[in-house]
Amino acid sequence: MKAAVIIFPGSNCDRDLALAFEKVTGTKTKLIWHKDTEIPKDIDIIGLPGGFSFGDYLRVGAIAAQSPICKSLVKFANSGGYVLGICNGFQILTETKILPGALIRNQGLKYICSEIELTVENNNTAFTHGFQNKQNIKLPIAHHDGNYFASKETIKSLANNNCIAFKYIKNPNGSVCNIAGILSRNKRVLGMMPHPERFNDENLGGTDGGLIFGAIDSMLS
Amino acid sequence: MKFVVNITLKTGVLDPQGLAIKNSLSTLGFKNINKVKQGKLVEIDIDEDDSIKAKTTIAKMCEELLTNTVIEDYEITEK
Repeated sequence: MKAAVIIFPGSNCDRDLALAFEKVTGTKTKLIWHKDTEIPKDIDIIGLPGGFSFGDYLRVGAIAAQSPICKSLVKFANSGGYVLGICNGFQILTETKILPGALIRNQGLKYICSEIELTVENNNTAFTHGFQNKQNIKLPIAHHDGNYFASKETIKSLANNNCIAFKYIKNPNGSVCNIAGILSRNKRVLGMMPHPERFNDENLGGTDGGLIFGAIDSMLS
Repeated sequence: MKFVVNITLKTGVLDPQGLAIKNSLSTLGFKNINKVKQGKLVEIDIDEDDSIKAKTTIAKMCEELLTNTVIEDYEITEK
């Protein structure tokens, strides 16, 4: 499997994400600068890292979504490419409209940095087949704008099409239906607020995140 | 020509910032407030003489970048 990570000005989880891919692929993750216009042809999966792209100006992820590389990203996703957007990466996926809905300010207005428990809502995907369905897992969150919002119709459609990947057990930020991560209709794009790349080693506090990268690698290699 | 774009959250979208401002105002003694909504204001100076054309262009800007129509409404007024 060949992975790439797109770096925006203000990304700060790009190296962690690149390393998490490298740990399972054993090969160097390709780093793509936001001003590049092409995604290399041999790339199987693109990671969008966490951080504060463009200082979160205007809206979280809004300016990054207009970066030159994002036109190619949209084409990549629409033609069946795999994409994993974490935290700010998830926000960028909603701003590019690759995923529906939006991430708004946390209900309690505070930036939250903690470990939280999630349930796996769909384990029949390239990202989640390493888990049991409804399994409880633990991952860290670190965000100010993680409150997922979408219209009632969109939420219904997400639920009916098994596009909800993860739910919070105890909702930390006001997200509708406790949503922590969603999938595209073809299940090849996952956007999530928790950080799996930070929990892929016992020394970092947990390994549940590593199971996501292991699952992706076993599916795409 | 100068225009102002007022961006507000759609009805039904949680506005924790508006709520925090309302609570803070009430601790200052402003007790008769029903609701506070926080939004954004964007001023645009555009090189265009035709007001309708300018508004059409700014509406396109709103749809493409300035607002997220999933959560926000916008109103364009000439200054």
